[in-house]
Amino acid sequence: MSAITNSPDHGHGHGHDSALHHQFEDIGQQNESYIVGMWVFLSTEVMFFGALFFIYTLYRWNYQQDFYIAHEHLNVIMGAVNTTVLLFSSFTMVMAVQSAQLKKRGHVIGYLLMTIACACVFLIIKYFEYSSKLADHLYPGAGFATDAQAAFGEHAIEAGKVAVNMNHAQLFYSLYFGMTGLHAVHIIAGILVIGALIRLWFNNAKSVTLDFVPTEMVGLYWHFVDLVWIFLFPLFYLMPKPH
Amino acid sequence: MSFFNFPLAPPSASNIAQQYDFVFYALVALSVFFTLVVCAGAIFFAVRYKAGTKADRSRPMYENLPLEMTWTIIPLILGLIMFYFGTALFVKIKTPPKDCEEIYVIGKQWMWHMQHANGVRENNTLHVPLGRPIKLTMISQDVLHAFYIPAFRVQMGVVPGRYTQLWFTATQTGEYHIFCNMYCGTQHSEMGGKVVVMDPKDYAAWLANGGQSTTPMSMEQTGAKIYAKMHCDNCHGAEDTLHAPSLYGIYRKRRVFADGTSLIADDEYLRDSIVKPYDHITAGYGQTMPVYQSQVSEEDLLNLVAYIKVIGSPSANPPTSNVNRHSAPTAVSSTNEATSLAANAVQANTADPDATPTRRVGAPAVGAIAAEGRNR
Amino acid sequence: MSSTVISPGELKPKPPAEEPNYLNVNHTISSWLLTGDHKRIALLYLVSTSFFFFLGSIAAGLIRYELTSPAGVVLESDTYNKVFTSHGVIMVFTFLVVAIPAIFGNFLVPLMIGARDLAFPRLNLASWYMYMTGGTLILAGMVFGGVDTGWTFYTPYSSMYSNTQVSMVIIGIFIAGFSTITTGINFVVTIHKMRAPGMTWFRLPLFIWAMYATSLMMILATPVVAITLMLVVYERTFKLPIFSPELGGDPVLFQHLFWFYSHPAVYIMILPAFAVVSELIANFSRKRIFGYHFVAFSSLAIAGLGFLVWGHHMFVSSQSMYESIVFSLISFLVAVPSAIKIFNWMATMYKGNVHLQSPMIYAIAFLMIFTVGGLTGLFLGAAGTDVHLTATYFVVAHFHYVMVGGTMLAFLGALHYWWPKMTGRMFSDGIARVNAVIVFVGFNLTFFPQFIVGWLGMPRRYHYYYFAPEFQAYHIMSTLGASVLGLGFILPAFYLTQSLFTGKKASANPWGAHGLEWETSSPPPTSNFLETPIVMDEVYDFDPVSEHARDLRNLQEAEEWKKAHDGMDNLPEEDN
Repeated sequence: MSAITNSPDHGHGHGHDSALHHQFEDIGQQNESYIVGMWVFLSTEVMFFGALFFIYTLYRWNYQQDFYIAHEHLNVIMGAVNTTVLLFSSFTMVMAVQSAQLKKRGHVIGYLLMTIACACVFLIIKYFEYSSKLADHLYPGAGFATDAQAAFGEHAIEAGKVAVNMNHAQLFYSLYFGMTGLHAVHIIAGILVIGALIRLWFNNAKSVTLDFVPTEMVGLYWHFVDLVWIFLFPLFYLMPKPH
Repeated sequence: MSFFNFPLAPPSASNIAQQYDFVFYALVALSVFFTLVVCAGAIFFAVRYKAGTKADRSRPMYENLPLEMTWTIIPLILGLIMFYFGTALFVKIKTPPKDCEEIYVIGKQWMWHMQHANGVRENNTLHVPLGRPIKLTMISQDVLHAFYIPAFRVQMGVVPGRYTQLWFTATQTGEYHIFCNMYCGTQHSEMGGKVVVMDPKDYAAWLANGGQSTTPMSMEQTGAKIYAKMHCDNCHGAEDTLHAPSLYGIYRKRRVFADGTSLIADDEYLRDSIVKPYDHITAGYGQTMPVYQSQVSEEDLLNLVAYIKVIGSPSANPPTSNVNRHSAPTAVSSTNEATSLAANAVQANTADPDATPTRRVGAPAVGAIAAEGRNR
Repeated sequence: MSSTVISPGELKPKPPAEEPNYLNVNHTISSWLLTGDHKRIALLYLVSTSFFFFLGSIAAGLIRYELTSPAGVVLESDTYNKVFTSHGVIMVFTFLVVAIPAIFGNFLVPLMIGARDLAFPRLNLASWYMYMTGGTLILAGMVFGGVDTGWTFYTPYSSMYSNTQVSMVIIGIFIAGFSTITTGINFVVTIHKMRAPGMTWFRLPLFIWAMYATSLMMILATPVVAITLMLVVYERTFKLPIFSPELGGDPVLFQHLFWFYSHPAVYIMILPAFAVVSELIANFSRKRIFGYHFVAFSSLAIAGLGFLVWGHHMFVSSQSMYESIVFSLISFLVAVPSAIKIFNWMATMYKGNVHLQSPMIYAIAFLMIFTVGGLTGLFLGAAGTDVHLTATYFVVAHFHYVMVGGTMLAFLGALHYWWPKMTGRMFSDGIARVNAVIVFVGFNLTFFPQFIVGWLGMPRRYHYYYFAPEFQAYHIMSTLGASVLGLGFILPAFYLTQSLFTGKKASANPWGAHGLEWETSSPPPTSNFLETPIVMDEVYDFDPVSEHARDLRNLQEAEEWKKAHDGMDNLPEEDN
């Protein structure tokens, strides 16, 4: 191996630039590594949610009618409001990242707080949605509703007969709670991470003030969480009527 | 095929087995060839080019596209050829002919329930006629199982909630293993049985007879089955032991008890000893026997008592068809002539009660069933 | 005149101060448990994976012991079922998937590419803690009742029928899965972004190529099995209908999702083994790997195609015939890159200078055993032959040939090869070579009879086989072989551990190998290199003719030294 080991000493003199970690040569390499790392992590999240989307697709394909009737109990208005709220929170997140690039600490903290506020609004609306389902016994498990008419009203009746298989409706709600629940867990994790980021900015920590990439990484995560919702909303709330 | 009594291949007893074995042995030949090439090559190079040996190391090769393509394309082609044969075999396995005779199978933890088209039912045993295509339609009552007949080279998963199918044409009479081949819980390995391939005439007779052998089992024989199933023989042997007294010849004899009293062992006593064993404890023993109250039906008790009355005497051998899965482990029995299966199974054994029902003189020591298929 | 009395003992020369290296730089417990140093983390993984391997081996020993008799020996069926499940779960999820990447990948990836550490050292440490948490939960599940579903957790048995510690063990697997994912993220970013100047992609050691392909699979496949197993837990806890047929669910859907991960998982287990074998064969033949580009791209091909073959585990599951045919075709395609590697490795030995030290013995044994394992995969990839062989001992033999005969042999080869680098000590190569032969012989004695008994029809996961006693002879043969194999696995624990105390101190490059990891001291300093290396050529730039000349010189010197010292065996180290 003809390696020449006489390169000038890079790695040891950056005490002033303490945002740089010891394993990296320069801040550019560090930033690129963090960004690539976050994208790779997001690809694992795609596979994570992807399996659930696959299961959903399969069952909806097989039980189109039952899924359609089951979905009518969902509140489209609340879902649409949630979508708008999350989209807006992505906007505030973008503004936070831009402020970080411009090193405007006050703006960063403000925009991040607005992002958290939107996330909390999202969760509160979700709480109301879930409560309504629980009240009507539309949560999956042993306690699932057995009376189709009571649960879905006249949507469930066709030509005088009950037209929905309650087992398949339960399948729909298993997926609904499973997927929106997993999404909500990611929202909560996002709130915690953004909270930690706010705290770092508040304390003027060098790790976030000297370089904007940590903020951008959190932004990437938040956009991903938003994107998952953009898929969930039409799939669950905006079903076309099957033939 | 066996090698010094070690079987090297399962019996080939179906139409699929013959085509299967061709593909299998082709793959074996291919594998042996390439294994030898790699092993011999690696060892040869390791020796010839060992550090310090005089060998021509000039002009070493690091890349050679033609060589790479050769050993890419040739394995690819060989692989695709095997894929073709394997697929052809697979399509045949998955495509039952139109005129199959249908039999239905339900798998459940932990037994197989077969039902013939005319209503005849059997458990863990499948009687089929020789030479006719049979299609099994199967479903599970609980968890996943799989129905596997190695001698026929067929297997198919048995799934709850949907029907699956399997077909074959048996080409040799005899008895062959059925295994459950999808892990299904505690007694997965005891969920086996056998396929009994019969001459079409015998099969027709068997079917018409409601699936029974012509002589129904006597009460003593039924009792013997229950006795074995409940493992009474774990404690009650031919001689008195520490655990339990022998039951041989106790009927109508006086029994002395631990508290000094005694009774003649009549039917009532025998029944009571099973369901209330501590009412009269035999002298020399304690309260060791389990209480079988409410574990045995009255019908079973009648059969058990009938058996105990004759236990140890020549007329008490259990029949060998429908070997009970829960009895003590012995090799599945087989008889010499297939035609005797339906009619003579019971007689063959009661004729020679002292013969161990699982071995014939001169038969190979192991592989009763496998060898049976071969000895036709 | 004053004189100071000095006792003779004080005149002893002080031993030279030991160079600071990653092992001796700090001895406190927290410096190990809170380390960011990839090399220390690799050692943490070595100790913990060895522990899990030991537990999995005990389970294996129990299985083999129990199978010597058709009616069992000491276990009830429920217990036996729990024992084989724990063998599978522990070996797959806490050893095979983890061992070579987490130990040798962690240790060597930065060294081989000339970096100071991985891209995310703290994430690396977190990865180890996730592994320990997951592994502990799995063991807790085993202790508090065990699991009896098989490591494949098929529904509806696992989701609705089994009343064992399924949920606890699955949560343990879920957490350990995140350890795999974070390791994969770390490797991908490190290999992309932190190569030393001059280290282009095609100058990388093939170890790195294979680790890269492995990481891609870890990242993309593991989340799927994580969510699938969690769904089983949800189904058990909340009685959901996702896999329950009575309520409209599909039990075979679980199998699709499970094998979508678990087939790439087996390539995750074998690609690092390929990585190791490439290094061993090149370095111990003192020759560039033949067909470098082909070997590098074949790793990527295996990773890609490996995602498309999962259905070959499901030919008799009620999957449609057409699906099965497609999966069978692609399975034959994925066999080709492995064949390419085998031929390339053999061609590397041609006109090389083969040094038959213990790592090379393991590598040659790998070639032979993996070939058998791979070829027997063809029997299973052809749907027609698979119908008879699936779920029998033929499958068990096949996967043990590739997993134990493949991954485990490569693991042992790697352990011996990089031991001096990691610990700074040399072990006795004579014992190690004998041990390699013991492993080879024991392995074949154990698993070859299983091909036969599987072909005869013996199903797997069977506790009793009393209605087929013709199988017994093969089981007894297999168990005898397992005793020999067990010996081969235990001995290294002793002679390697002993070398830590009494072994000769290793030089930077005791094997005469090429690679950046051999350009730094043994053990390396914490920051790996005193100065960042600059790379000018491909790593395997041996010249066989001059290597041969050097070998002749070494042999001659060895002869002369032996003559001068009356044939004593304590040869000084070769000139490398």
